Amino acid sequence: MAGGSRQSAPVSDPFPDPCPGALLEAFGIEKSFPGVRVLDGVSLDVRAGEVHVLFGENGAGKSTLVNIILGNYAPEGGTVRFDGKILPAGSPRAARDAGISVVFQELSLIPTLSACANIFLGREKRHSALLDEGTMSREAAAMFARLGIALDPQAPVAGLSRAEQQMVEIAKALQNDPRLLILDEPTTAFTDVETQRLFAIVADLKRLGVGIIYITHRMAEIQAIGDRISILRDGRRIATKLVSETDEDELIQLMTGRETLNVYPTIAFKPADEAIALDGASAASGRFQNVSISVRAGEIVGIAGLVGCGKSAVGRSLFGEERLAAGQVTLFGKPLRSPSPQSMLDAGVVYLPPDRRRQGLVLNRSVRENATLSCLNLRSFAFGQWLRKKSEDDAVQRVLNRLNLTPPLLDRNVSAYSGGNQQKVVFARAFLRETKVLIVDEPTVGVDVGARLEFYGILKQLCETGAAILLISSDLPEILHLTHRTYVLAFGRQTAEFQREEISEAAILSSFFAAGPKEGGIKTGAAA
Amino acid sequence: MTPLQQISRPAQPFALRRVADRMLSRLKTTGIISALVLVVFAFFAVANSRFTNSNNLINILNQSSYLMIVSLGQGLVLISGGFDLAVAALLGLTSVVSATLMIALAANGVDFPLAIAISVAGGLSVGLILGMVNGVAVAYLNVRSFIVTLGIAGIAAGAGYQISGGAPVTGLPENFIAVFGTPDLRSISTSVYIAVLFAVALHLTMTRTRAGRYIYAVGGNPVAARLSGINVRRHIVLVFMTSGLLASLAGILLSARVSTGDTNLGGNFVLQSITAGVLGGISLRGGEGTLFGAALGALFIAVLSNGMNLENISSYYQMIILGGLLVLAVLAEQLRLLISGRR
Repeated sequence: MAGGSRQSAPVSDPFPDPCPGALLEAFGIEKSFPGVRVLDGVSLDVRAGEVHVLFGENGAGKSTLVNIILGNYAPEGGTVRFDGKILPAGSPRAARDAGISVVFQELSLIPTLSACANIFLGREKRHSALLDEGTMSREAAAMFARLGIALDPQAPVAGLSRAEQQMVEIAKALQNDPRLLILDEPTTAFTDVETQRLFAIVADLKRLGVGIIYITHRMAEIQAIGDRISILRDGRRIATKLVSETDEDELIQLMTGRETLNVYPTIAFKPADEAIALDGASAASGRFQNVSISVRAGEIVGIAGLVGCGKSAVGRSLFGEERLAAGQVTLFGKPLRSPSPQSMLDAGVVYLPPDRRRQGLVLNRSVRENATLSCLNLRSFAFGQWLRKKSEDDAVQRVLNRLNLTPPLLDRNVSAYSGGNQQKVVFARAFLRETKVLIVDEPTVGVDVGARLEFYGILKQLCETGAAILLISSDLPEILHLTHRTYVLAFGRQTAEFQREEISEAAILSSFFAAGPKEGGIKTGAAA
Repeated sequence: MTPLQQISRPAQPFALRRVADRMLSRLKTTGIISALVLVVFAFFAVANSRFTNSNNLINILNQSSYLMIVSLGQGLVLISGGFDLAVAALLGLTSVVSATLMIALAANGVDFPLAIAISVAGGLSVGLILGMVNGVAVAYLNVRSFIVTLGIAGIAAGAGYQISGGAPVTGLPENFIAVFGTPDLRSISTSVYIAVLFAVALHLTMTRTRAGRYIYAVGGNPVAARLSGINVRRHIVLVFMTSGLLASLAGILLSARVSTGDTNLGGNFVLQSITAGVLGGISLRGGEGTLFGAALGALFIAVLSNGMNLENISSYYQMIILGGLLVLAVLAEQLRLLISGRR
């Protein structure tokens, strides 16, 4: 069923014939936001039983298109047909009733409610006026079984891991038997095991004739489950192709409009003295025990591990943000008694947190203010208390031009930008002050290839000019290609350390489970 | 040097849009409240000939100055993500403390300038100290500002009644009234100059200094602020102390105007100052809005109440209208979020 009759569309043809057999057919969609033309006559069709991948850089218009299909936005032009009938523009209700479901990248669960209550939120089963808890709980449990996860439906969502929350989100989307399911980067919180489960579910849904729109930046996922792929760039659909007839190089070229580049730079390895270290440390929160790591100037050290293994807490403790019950942080050979973010920044340690919305950015403030927030105590940005706005402006403009923030409007709130562009604003901080030690946690989640390239360029430049870099990441290829040395954490314990020549996917993956229960059937196809 | 330069795009076409974007954001912050002030002003000017009488205009300025001073402090707290429900009670307690001190010192033969200086300092320290208690409880004990300031308001009001014996303190020295109040009701009172001075100084602090930038960040996202090396707690304490100080300052100025020390002098200022802030564009979720907007919000309320007084609208109706305004302003903010949140 997948694949379809039509051969891949030529790149030059912006409006191929609408497909009469399509489940969903968006035609000539136009949408602008103040000052920005986001979608410029985009058409897209999704057939029953196919996985249609939406691919494009941050800000290319993917999310906006999805929101128009969902009825969250009303387009200025164009129509959305579902099953041949036109959906009323801007009506989320109509889209939902037609059977369109979505799993967004940002979670939409209510943390204090149980998993079950979240799944049935707004669609509660009732015995006349009373809630039918029994039925809902049973159905939720059945759904979890189908998804292959062991979760108590009555457990409050706040106590679940990010990956489990994402599973609840998926369960919620599947609860009303959708005919079209939209998945917006659903695997960012997932390990390979969970990703494989999700793929099995997707395969299941395909057999049932459900159409799927899948948004991702990960090449391996596109190859694994995509049938067709549409590439968006600057609000236009550049091409729609059969996944089997395209490859990574072509996709990147279509997405960026540039010649293919090698994503991972080669970073010279000239280690000097130890810059920062953690010595026999245990977190007061219990998130990790007896961890010893050290990073020298001029090297990139990785920390790999599954979601929830404690690697983020290690990063935080090096920045004085996680209290230690035992052990200590050493900076340039000096043990620190009570490190704090403030003192670490003053000493030249920059930390880029994993969750940009919660930990990184002040969403209702401007790009400019967010970029320089951690740098205002520098001479170049303030005389004492008095801000030097001109030099602040120039510096931020320079850095964000280089990072390709689109659109480059410094007075706009960061909340008006897409996730990848927001991350660029976070990246800017590593550029705006002298960085001797850089600690980055999941820096490229949801970030497009262009911004990745820029960021890896930052890492290379910093490292080769003598900075010590600690790269905490769940993205295995990132660890494999960039780090000179890598530690692996599992269940809060340090399980391995690999020197440069020893770093391999198989070696790292096998130490992910070293200290805990082995999980079976792991495929080593991490991601491109 | 790196392969990165290859993919940098020129940013030139955005120059015009950048200017437009900045103007738009300026307009959004204080545009609405400025328009509101003009509209009510024009309405009453047409409706009542006495409204534009120069005596009445001076009267509006004088009346608005006290609320303006309090609203600047309240606005600061709102921007930092909190509430200060103690402003009215602090104002009243300051009034009683400074009046009682002044009369006692004068009765014991202390010279006027010295007696006034001591009692003003005593009054201001009421706001500073209780403001600090508010700030410390919020910043270090993680208590919600809503609850802490409500409690402190109760304590301050009780202390005020206890000190004054529940009755207004009268017999304040003439010199005090001359300096801090106004010689007659037709001239601009000292409080107006002080309000303008603080409005300008605090507005500059919020827009041009690191402390201001940090207070916005603390209100918008305290976690991100801490991870950016900002001393979040210190700024929260600073904000509540400033609010307390300004409430006390308004208390002293208002005592001079009415020649009385009175626990109830703060009246409706909690509701009014929050309304002024929200009308002026400050978000109750913190991190957004300007103090200039809060000052305009206070002016708006003064113009509105003056006009309603001239129209003989009862003070009970005025309270209803003011409360309704606050609710409307918050609803308008939600509407704005709903619209802009779609992007």
